[in-house]
Amino acid sequence: MAQDNSNRYYIILGVLGILLGIYTIRLFNLQVLDKSYQRKANENAIREKTIHPARGFIYDRNDSLLVYNDAAYDLMVVPNELRDFDTLELCRVLDMEIEEVRKKIEKAAKYSGSVPSLFKQQISKEDYGYLQEKMSEFPGFFVQERTLRTYPQPIAAHILGYVSEVDEQDVENDNYYKMGDYIGKSGIEKAYESVLRGVKGKQKVLVDVHNREVGPFNNGDDDVVAVPGISIWSTLDMQLQRYGEELMAGKRGAIVAIEPKTGEILCLVSSPNYDPNLLVGTARPKNYGKLVMDPQKPLFNRALQAAYPPGSTFKLANGLIALQDNIINTSTVYSCSGGGYHLGNHVVHCHNCGGLNIYSAIQRSCNTFFCRAYYNILSNRKKYKNIDEAYTAWLNYMNSMGFLQVFNTDLPYELKGRIPSAEYFDKKYNNSWNGNTVVSMGIGQGEAAVTPLQMANMLAVIANKGYYIRPHVVRAIGNRDSLNTQFNEKIYSKIEPRHFETVLQGMKMVVTAGTGRGAQIPGIEVAGKTGTAQNPHGRDHSVFALIAPANNPKIVIFCLVENGGFGATVACPIASLMAEFYLNRKVERTDLEQRMKELIIK
Amino acid sequence: MPKLEPYNKMSKGFDVRLIVYYLALVFIGWITIYSTCYIPDGSTHIFDFSQPYSKQLLWIGTSIVLATVILLIDSGIIQHYAYFFYLFCLFLMILVLFIGAEINGAKSWIKIGGFSIQPTEFMKVATALAMAKFMQEGKTATQRRYVWIAQFALIAIPVLVVMLQHDAGSALVFASFIILFYREGLSAGFLLLCIIAAFLTIFTLMLNETYSLALLTLVFIIMMFINRTQKKKTRRNIMIYVASIVFVFSINFLYEHGFEPHQKQRIDTILGKTSDPLGADFNLNQSKIAIGSGGFFGKGYLKGTQTKLKFVPEQSTDFIFCAIGEEWGFIGTLVVFGLYGALIFRILKLSEKQRNPFVRYYGYGIAGIFIAHFFINIGMTIGILPIIGIPLPFISYGGSSLWAFTMMLFCFIKLNDN
Repeated sequence: MAQDNSNRYYIILGVLGILLGIYTIRLFNLQVLDKSYQRKANENAIREKTIHPARGFIYDRNDSLLVYNDAAYDLMVVPNELRDFDTLELCRVLDMEIEEVRKKIEKAAKYSGSVPSLFKQQISKEDYGYLQEKMSEFPGFFVQERTLRTYPQPIAAHILGYVSEVDEQDVENDNYYKMGDYIGKSGIEKAYESVLRGVKGKQKVLVDVHNREVGPFNNGDDDVVAVPGISIWSTLDMQLQRYGEELMAGKRGAIVAIEPKTGEILCLVSSPNYDPNLLVGTARPKNYGKLVMDPQKPLFNRALQAAYPPGSTFKLANGLIALQDNIINTSTVYSCSGGGYHLGNHVVHCHNCGGLNIYSAIQRSCNTFFCRAYYNILSNRKKYKNIDEAYTAWLNYMNSMGFLQVFNTDLPYELKGRIPSAEYFDKKYNNSWNGNTVVSMGIGQGEAAVTPLQMANMLAVIANKGYYIRPHVVRAIGNRDSLNTQFNEKIYSKIEPRHFETVLQGMKMVVTAGTGRGAQIPGIEVAGKTGTAQNPHGRDHSVFALIAPANNPKIVIFCLVENGGFGATVACPIASLMAEFYLNRKVERTDLEQRMKELIIK
Repeated sequence: MPKLEPYNKMSKGFDVRLIVYYLALVFIGWITIYSTCYIPDGSTHIFDFSQPYSKQLLWIGTSIVLATVILLIDSGIIQHYAYFFYLFCLFLMILVLFIGAEINGAKSWIKIGGFSIQPTEFMKVATALAMAKFMQEGKTATQRRYVWIAQFALIAIPVLVVMLQHDAGSALVFASFIILFYREGLSAGFLLLCIIAAFLTIFTLMLNETYSLALLTLVFIIMMFINRTQKKKTRRNIMIYVASIVFVFSINFLYEHGFEPHQKQRIDTILGKTSDPLGADFNLNQSKIAIGSGGFFGKGYLKGTQTKLKFVPEQSTDFIFCAIGEEWGFIGTLVVFGLYGALIFRILKLSEKQRNPFVRYYGYGIAGIFIAHFFINIGMTIGILPIIGIPLPFISYGGSSLWAFTMMLFCFIKLNDN
């Protein structure tokens, strides 16, 4: 049958060909031209997880653990992967408000749609277990294991510092950080952040449609292994630190102890203090708020950031300068009578000490002697043309002993202290001033204000007879024998070594037969100096400077107790107990110890 | 019937090319099914009969037996029992309505022991055979009009039953017989009418009936102007205009009341009326991501992430093309296109060459079915057509469809040989 429709065979073939062509073009477009599907597929199935390395531990100088890590779990959110989920259930599990959940998701979405953001940090182990099971009901969420800092002893909070989530500024400054990472915010944690943090790793895992992780992507070939943080050894003596904090309990003030040969800080107490464990975990914001609001200012590191009038301990520095400038020598005698040092109708009071040389002037802390010496330094027109030049020269001596500068080692926020410049006085006194105008600085009062750390450093200069090593708190990185040599440079003062012997001799006499007899330690020769820093806001601060053993100094201690009154009554016994504890590893004067621990100064 | 020439009595040999295409597609199907179930931890075992790939191996084995049997029996039997086979399948399909199991919203399965069979798949081949036989017998009839009506009924009855099973995809496949009818003399005007109706349908659903009416009115005014002098044509134009308006309104009515909400959603997605990547068109979106992410060369065999991690639904059955697209890339999809194209063109070519009109009718019938399955299935995975769940012949996992398509193809190979 020759049907006439056989030409339709070709029409059918043609239409089929066109359809196949359209499909092929569509596929070519989908698979070859449009690259967005590759990206979308990766977003679907590959989750890039950051592996946070364990942060390095911090040990004290005797291998005692100061800081280590504990496991914690963070709930992360990837806004782009979110789908409808039971918000109420999530709120119930995490104990959050719906509004809070919404806000957090909005914030995360604003930061990035595809990069995971921290949703809730440090969820409990119970919640973690529960969530892990229910993860498929919360697409877009996943749990990431993290470590939390833990402090076996509730001490040294100021110096260890704390770790917290990075802020926008941190992320901007260093692209290593992503939102939700942790960073050392202060203290050793901050100074050694790059050592302690380690190197983050990356892991690509396959996630199925139910948001479950099913295994590594590409056999883990693209993964980057996390490098754990490196542990460091602090210079702190944990036991001494704890002892110092116990002694300072109930008082405001600071103790700084340094090993003079090395510049290593043995303890750095600022009181009142706080338990560093308070600033860890989810309780941190609340506790931090409380600490900030506390009128006692426990967050304030008095050892580094408070500038106090140094009181009579400053006389040691002035004595050294007077010796160096040949204003006095060991046989120079000044007479103290008439109730003190007279300046017109003003008197710097003293106790009619009679005629004294430098030794006994230190021993008895004679104001008259040091006022006169200081006046003579500033009036030395043989050496200095005018008061400005003399005063600046004195400042330079001070500076060479570590005053008016920050050591800029590994300590948190040091204060520079305040000792005014010559220009300041020029302006203040309209270019008409002389040694007597500022004479109270000769005895550590007046305009001078320095930090406890600077005072302790000055003691190290005396103990070392001429030099100091910048005080620092980390002695080894990586292993305890790899000594941290970055701060071992000896910095010499402008005072000749022989003069230190003189001052040290006077300080010994302070303890043996002077104002600081309370500092005597059985079997150890101690050098010291009391101080009573006048405080315009209330009772005087009690100050004591100590070097022990006097002939082979192993420790220098500066102790200041706010409103403690005379140096001899509070700061002196505390400093002495500290020295005894450090050198003998035990304290025999338990009565004194008990009394000091229980003493409360409001 | 013309007298057969002596050499035609002898077997020319079965068409080897069709058999090769068949084996290649079945092979691609099996390795892809294996890949979609493959778990890299080594727990995949070829003879684990809880797994689709092992079951499919069983279906492939039995299909080859089935194919061999078909090639060995007398081709007269196929022709002789065509009506009986049609009625038998129809009976099973109606039976399904009462005792059938529901899978994915369609009640089209009969469970026998651990296996389920889907009579609809066999109905397709049965309809093609019955239609071929009927057309051959009906050619000598004097009442052409009644022949057309009977041919329509032959298709309409299974379509009706399939619709009752909520299996719209399979119902659509039966529309493919229009290719056979067109080849055998269906007026081009009628086909044009179908195309215009389809266009109006899409236009109405994409926008709304107001736009369709405006368009119709515009065309009507132009036509009236062109034909202003011819009264007869004017009357025709008015009739067409009125009929079109009725059509547009009935489309809207049908759309609003004739579809399930999820079907409407799928249609809306394709028409671009809604965009909700995480909601209803999730499947389509994931399907496109899987295929699109394959790139030119693919991610490599067993390395597809989207299909393996179950982002793509029904990945071993209706969406199996995604796994091919993802793992073998554009190259792989071209190979599949090539094989299907070659298979369909070969069937058409052999049909056209046939002197026996029964074989030609049958050939065009099944070519249409293959074309419908191929374009609908792949069109849905690449977002050209709405998601309509029908398998990709020879490749998709499933015993019923593999058996039915094997039967379909090998009946043709056998018939073609005689």
